Amino acid sequence: MSEHTDLLIVGAGPAGMAAAIAARRHGLSVRLVDEQPAPGGQIWRGIETVAATPRAARLGESYLSGADRAAAFRACGALYEPESQLWQIEPGFRAFITRGGKARIVTAEAIILATGAQERPVPFPGWTLPGVLTVGAAQILLKTADSVPEKPVWIAGCGPLPLLYMTQLLAAGGRIAGFLDTTARGRVRAALRHLPQGLGRLGDLMKGLSWSLALRRAGIPTIRHVTELVAEGEGRLQRLRYRAEDGREAEVPAEVLLVHEGVVPNIHAALALGCAVRWHAGQHCYVPVLDAWGETTQANIFIAGDGAGIGGAEAAEPRGRLAALRVAARLGRLDDAAAELAAAPERGALSGALALRPFLDALYAPRPQLHAPPDETLVCRCEEVTAGELRARALEGRPGPNQLKAFTRAGMGPCQGRQCGYAMAHIVAAAQGRPVEEVGFYRIRPPLKPVTLGELASLDEQEPAA
Amino acid sequence: MFRKLHDPGPQAVTIFIDGRPVVAEPGESVAAVLLRQQEGWNRTTPVSQSPRAPYCMMGVCFECLVEIDGQGSVQSCLTPVAAGMRIARQQGRRSLSA
Amino acid sequence: MSEATFDVVVIGGGLHGLSAALHLARAGRKVALVERRWTGRHASGATAAGVRTLGRDIAEIPISLEAMAMWHRIETIVGDDCGFHAHGQIRVAETAEHMPALIERQARTRALGYDHEELIDAAELRRLVPALSPHCVGALAARRDGAADPHRTIAAFRRTCEAAGVAIAEGCGVEAVDRIGGDWLLICGSRRFRAPHVVNAAGAWAGRLAALFGDVIPLGVRASMMIVTERLAPLLDPVVSVVGRALSFKQASQGTLVIGGGLQGSADLDAERSSVDFRRLARGARAAGDLFPAVRAVRIARCWTGIEAETRDHIPVIGLSPNTPGLVHAFGFSGHGFQLVPVVGAILAELVCEGRSRREIAAFAPGRLMQERAVA
Repeated sequence: MSEHTDLLIVGAGPAGMAAAIAARRHGLSVRLVDEQPAPGGQIWRGIETVAATPRAARLGESYLSGADRAAAFRACGALYEPESQLWQIEPGFRAFITRGGKARIVTAEAIILATGAQERPVPFPGWTLPGVLTVGAAQILLKTADSVPEKPVWIAGCGPLPLLYMTQLLAAGGRIAGFLDTTARGRVRAALRHLPQGLGRLGDLMKGLSWSLALRRAGIPTIRHVTELVAEGEGRLQRLRYRAEDGREAEVPAEVLLVHEGVVPNIHAALALGCAVRWHAGQHCYVPVLDAWGETTQANIFIAGDGAGIGGAEAAEPRGRLAALRVAARLGRLDDAAAELAAAPERGALSGALALRPFLDALYAPRPQLHAPPDETLVCRCEEVTAGELRARALEGRPGPNQLKAFTRAGMGPCQGRQCGYAMAHIVAAAQGRPVEEVGFYRIRPPLKPVTLGELASLDEQEPAA
Repeated sequence: MFRKLHDPGPQAVTIFIDGRPVVAEPGESVAAVLLRQQEGWNRTTPVSQSPRAPYCMMGVCFECLVEIDGQGSVQSCLTPVAAGMRIARQQGRRSLSA
Repeated sequence: MSEATFDVVVIGGGLHGLSAALHLARAGRKVALVERRWTGRHASGATAAGVRTLGRDIAEIPISLEAMAMWHRIETIVGDDCGFHAHGQIRVAETAEHMPALIERQARTRALGYDHEELIDAAELRRLVPALSPHCVGALAARRDGAADPHRTIAAFRRTCEAAGVAIAEGCGVEAVDRIGGDWLLICGSRRFRAPHVVNAAGAWAGRLAALFGDVIPLGVRASMMIVTERLAPLLDPVVSVVGRALSFKQASQGTLVIGGGLQGSADLDAERSSVDFRRLARGARAAGDLFPAVRAVRIARCWTGIEAETRDHIPVIGLSPNTPGLVHAFGFSGHGFQLVPVVGAILAELVCEGRSRREIAAFAPGRLMQERAVA
């Protein structure tokens, strides 16, 4: 009844697809499950459909480069299961998957988690109002639904993605009310010392600069060093207030506000599996502890792509192939020496792809206010727990995130702490005067996705009792 | 809130949001269609009945939950539209009146 | 290195340890509570928090009834209602073949003079739990039973302990013990706690703790699995269990369904970790759907397990150590200790202060398990 493969890959983005292709080349049987209806991950969302349309051009070359990858993946002979949610992995490995409302168990010798990144949650007063979305969300709407904000849109945040999205939006005929740049003062200087090692990636830098110049040419109003945001409205976003570092404040009408403060690895599955993670000071997030092949502290569980630490699509592909090589060697499809030989160019590609990362991490390091939202902010969107409540409870005894979760229900809703985990950690740390990496993170309780009782019940192999 | 830049043309399908027919394009998600509607929200929360709308579009925030063809709390950003699909916006805690 | 002297040191910051510390402090004793992680870390924080007299082992009934009276006035004890609601507990028979067991049980408790369990027919069952599948034929009910909120309960007991002067030391695991004159010295890293009396309320690890004092008490370990769902509109009030199946089913006040019943995951005492086995948990989900068909479409928010000790006879160990002076044991609640929390604290305070209890606790004597030689 169970279906067995050598390798189970979770996620059909750059890392997952590259891993699948490499593993198939070495003769492994591969099953790849992915939540999305088509391959590409977030970076190449909808690429198979969009590549053939006239609107493809305005999304840019790096987006279009996904078309060949998706085609190669489709042809590689991996068993591909789209629209599938993986919700539990047990030793063995037994993976529990739901597709089309039907749950089942598949087994595998090794697992590569290529579950990517999510945008860093940006809690501020009013961020739960309809009309406030992430920049990533808006870009997905542009890619997959050819949709843009109806009225001139406000964009707040920092990092390459807002710049890229704004140029794509302008090319599509969308309108921008203004850009609230939250990059803190002094970041450029801090970043510059990382530039020498990134000089090999001048092309990327030029691309970023060209986006900025295009926005300037288009006359997009830009407010620099924005420190605080407040979204307001009756049942939906109607007004936006902001304050810049120099004390300048303004209130503007707004229907859609898009926010983005960088991305962080998806670590829920790794945590649920008991894989060790460590605090990455440069990226201000947890990353899994991995060896040079991407293997976690749990044998035969690998992590590739942005889930291994933010590196972008170009780092994701070699990471995927490295993990696949190691699995192939483990399962006797090539010897260790051959694996090492094949790994050398991948390691070179990986370090090249990561060369500019310290510069970007320093330039776009989250502003300090991001982790200290005002008391009235709903930190846990699901259970509607405010920053003030967490702060107050954090001072009763010396509770960690898991005790505060128990006392306040923060992190107990359907998103399982994916939106409030970091804010909780920072609030606890600040209230107790401890470093954030010391207070830890939520224990992640299964299932990773909210399956129904009926789906779970269908896995009962016992005879009915009555 | 959002508008579609092109007309889906002959391949358009009809889905129903709270019984009202709405045009959608194959390949797009239910959440994308919801964001083009006048109401601007897809559910109210079980805690305080506050309106919410899709936020992340990539399956991590769970704000876009709706009832689809009778199954409650479905992530509409992960669900592609299909002809005849029936969407019901969820208000407060789900009620099981089966 | 710090050494502090107390009248009593309670080992274990679960609810039984907190309750013992509270009652001892109120009896005028100087109390320290040492907890390796934090209060409520294991079984107390993972419990379904059923407050149940229904179906208890005959030996437990007297203290369980006293505990129930205490739950009905819990606010006067710990200053908070602990989220306790007396909506009753019901044990359902799905078929006519399951009724005789319930009828016999009721006759037996009646003969002993207890009247807290009541047989109800299908019509009354339907009235009490309209959402229940119509195939169920009858039930045994305890109407004054109910359920509480475990985290509120932990917080309330902890707060009250601190107000009563209990010194709570978290992150403080007992590594070794020593005897100094008439006192015990507990060594916890760089900290030392000295007292003539020690209460062992160390839950799943209580057997290991007992061994430090020379008491060999063989114990099993339980890792009962729980399911909590998304929040729903009101569906049912009482806590429902069912004859012949591992299922306990209730709705918490915020609307989530809490589904347990004793299905076992796996536990690792050394790693202090337990994990869910979803193939086994599937049976509980199936039972829930069979009894409440509408819940099959409900989404699971999270599942977990809690670790605690299980005795051979499934009733707890509560009593003075027969070998070791000044040591009192309270553990091995075998999956049903939550309801007993208020009364067990009172019993332990009696045992420490007076060397005896006026409650009926002979059946829980540690010696009954110690007569067996442990085979490690």
